[in-house]
Amino acid sequence: MSGLVMPKPDAETLRRRAGIVADLRAIVPGEGVVDAVNEMRAFETDGLTAYRQLPMVVVLPQTVDQVSRIMKYCGGHNIRVVPRGAGTSLSGGALPLEDAVLLVMSRFNRILEVDFPNRVVVAQPGVTNLGITQAVESEGFYYAPDPSSQIACSIGGNVAENSGGVHCLKYGLTANNLLGVEIVLITGEVLRLGGRHLDAEGYDLLGVLTGSEGLLAVVTEITVRILKKPETARALLIGFPTSEQAGQCVADIIGHGIIPGGMEMMDRPAIHAAEDFVGAGYPLDVEALLIVELDGPGVEVDHLIGLVQEIAARNGSTTCRASRDEAERLSFWAGRKAAFPAAGRISPDYYCMDGTIPRKQLPRVLAGMRDFSERYGLRVANVFHAGDGNLHPLILYDANVPGELDKAERFGADILRLCVAVGGVLTGEHGVGVEKRDLMPEMFTGIDLDQQMRVKCAFDPDHLLNPGKVFPQLRRCAELGRMHVSRGGLAFPEIPRF
Amino acid sequence: MQVVPRMTGFTPATPGDVQSAVEWALSQRAPLEIFGQGSKRGIGHPQEAGRALDLSLLSGVTLYEPEELVLSARAGTPLAEIEQVLADNGQELAFDPIDYSSLLGVRREGTALGEGGRGGTIGGALAANLAGPRRIKAGAARDHVLGIAAVSGRAETFKSGGRVVKNVTGYDLSKLMAGSWGTLAVVTDVTFKVLPAGETETTLAIAGLTDEAAAGVMAHAMSSTAEVSGAAHLPQGIAARIAGGAAGSDALTLLRVEGFGPSVAYRIATLEAMLGSAGPAETIEEPASRSIWRGIRDCMPFADGSQRPVWRVSMAPYQAHRMVLALRMEAGADAFYDWQGGLVWLRMEAEPEADLVRRLVRAHGGGHATLVRASPAQRSSAPVFEPQPTALAALSARLKAQFDPMNILNPGRMTPDAD
Repeated sequence: MSGLVMPKPDAETLRRRAGIVADLRAIVPGEGVVDAVNEMRAFETDGLTAYRQLPMVVVLPQTVDQVSRIMKYCGGHNIRVVPRGAGTSLSGGALPLEDAVLLVMSRFNRILEVDFPNRVVVAQPGVTNLGITQAVESEGFYYAPDPSSQIACSIGGNVAENSGGVHCLKYGLTANNLLGVEIVLITGEVLRLGGRHLDAEGYDLLGVLTGSEGLLAVVTEITVRILKKPETARALLIGFPTSEQAGQCVADIIGHGIIPGGMEMMDRPAIHAAEDFVGAGYPLDVEALLIVELDGPGVEVDHLIGLVQEIAARNGSTTCRASRDEAERLSFWAGRKAAFPAAGRISPDYYCMDGTIPRKQLPRVLAGMRDFSERYGLRVANVFHAGDGNLHPLILYDANVPGELDKAERFGADILRLCVAVGGVLTGEHGVGVEKRDLMPEMFTGIDLDQQMRVKCAFDPDHLLNPGKVFPQLRRCAELGRMHVSRGGLAFPEIPRF
Repeated sequence: MQVVPRMTGFTPATPGDVQSAVEWALSQRAPLEIFGQGSKRGIGHPQEAGRALDLSLLSGVTLYEPEELVLSARAGTPLAEIEQVLADNGQELAFDPIDYSSLLGVRREGTALGEGGRGGTIGGALAANLAGPRRIKAGAARDHVLGIAAVSGRAETFKSGGRVVKNVTGYDLSKLMAGSWGTLAVVTDVTFKVLPAGETETTLAIAGLTDEAAAGVMAHAMSSTAEVSGAAHLPQGIAARIAGGAAGSDALTLLRVEGFGPSVAYRIATLEAMLGSAGPAETIEEPASRSIWRGIRDCMPFADGSQRPVWRVSMAPYQAHRMVLALRMEAGADAFYDWQGGLVWLRMEAEPEADLVRRLVRAHGGGHATLVRASPAQRSSAPVFEPQPTALAALSARLKAQFDPMNILNPGRMTPDAD
């Protein structure tokens, strides 16, 4: 990835920069257009800080009409556009391009409507994920997907990345909680998909837009479903001598028909780092630690706590504590939630990966990581959304040591290749962005990728929206549309007899 | 060439056969009509005579790992077979797909019309994005599909997604197949998330409510912590047409709770305490509860053996009763409500009244109406699927062209104008 190649800047666009800035100022007056280098520095990177690039110009529109006019202008003048929400992407999805307009949606920060009888919130895309919950919690409701960055990340960014969180096995991802959007195409056309009803009309464009990483359209309004908060939540903290036993415990919990609200695993290095950092009371003599949270009516939670305790004991747990009150439950989570900063404390830098695997492959993947760790001479700590198989290995390195970043990236790529080899995927929730772009062929054939790019062609035929992300090589739409013709007819001469 | 040619079309038994069939159709510019068991063949605009691409032999569960909550199958695998395999392990397809056979009068071999059983295939469930009463809690087929393999109208085999729940690697073409009615690609393989089936279920039935009062009761119940997994209202006369008339003829508002025994009892008690004053209430246990919800799921109240037009309306739940009231001022219609009102089934007296129905849906918060049953003549003259605004229709057409440039896959089924 260190050798990341981005699309070649368009010389003609760069030459016209002053004119473009003036034209954008005519659309968004005042401070909505930023072109001074020192002011654009704030936008040169996102959550993947290894990569930096100043945009050509930053524009912060406030109305849908402005977004539409910006898009139409850029589409009409062959100018690239990189959309950005809160800039918390961990995969470089909002990395600017030298010749692109950076379209920042942070001023779209209002909740537009709270509709309790239909249990939906209508919000602008710049509202934070947590902001949705805050708008409805007085009535006992919440918005279920809860990525760790929920205080900062925007709901529009959640749509772009199909964000998850620790509760998604039971409550689903963004895609499962999103009912409608208003979007603007690169032509400036404003479209509405879905609404307050449950089923899409026609093709499920809402489904394909969710997780499309800003390559298809810019979202200007969002309707999400809200849920009533469960009456109670209790957590279990369970330690095991081996990760195999912990993995089997997870399988058995699900095998018993129990879908916990959250189920997290940490390996020994992660446990120790977290315990040193926050003193959560984690056992230090175990190889794997499970946090299992059960939520619902008290009678159900108590019933399931008993069941899970039995299952844990049968799988050889050496420690098993059930939270007795809310403070204790939160203390169980404190270490897990601090896992990333804890890693940051024991190492100058860390690189967070995001593969998903079939759960039963966990021992094999952990063993593989230990081998890689020796080969590259870098430590790795693992936190794992055990319920849904989403791994977050944290590769520890020091960017000031020449060659270590490169080693960490190669280590990470090897982990992701292993995830794919055991039936998993490159990214569970952080997105492809620029980070995993060049690994896409590990998972997809050329035909698979071509068909995905054809979807992009239907939305953005000139590849002006967020180019250089997701796809290792953007093929021209005219080329993708061509049919393979041979001898004056289409290939495939075999004709069955009827 | 392994494809078995029939007089009227293809019956491929492998994904490779499907690709060969599409290759042939492409070379001939010959349209294909794609189906599994054909339980929903009557939905959509009547198509020009195309060759049949019958996927019923493309069948079988190819992977099932209960502890991983994942199942893969060939597209033509009967839902009956899948549900049995899952039930043997205490699991289910949580989206509980509707069986349209009874409503549409499709008789399966060896069964009488309307006689129990289970029609449809897993591929059909995805292609039509089916769901059931649990939609309000668990979603539809689109929310459970994890991956697909398919043959595009370019006769290319592509895959999307995978076999894990959490996956944002590349565009979600699996969801795009949901509700595409076979117009984008021929899906050959599907992978679904499966879930543990509830240990038990109980339904709270409140009798005698008006549609408006029922809307209030359902909204209240859905805003509680009772985790209601079914919320339906059957106006007077409708309830008698499900579960063999066991539910009586009074209007019934039904709230279902599923899960572990003690939890179900507690949550039903919560609902009773909240809603007890709304009207005379009783609880319905298994197996009666199951059979009532199956009747609601399969639209049995309107499975009358006729071709009278039936609309399936998806709209904001709390607006539905107002839309129905307005409709009844202008046309004769029977109605009942599932999904807290978010799904309205309408049976018209004679004509579909498409413009009227759609105008009223638009006037009440928006949504869309699909003419799921009507005579071929009525389906030819009224748009079966909700017409889209110009820019959206153009985008949909561009998408179709990217998957099926020669328009050979179910041409005209969703949008007759596109031909």
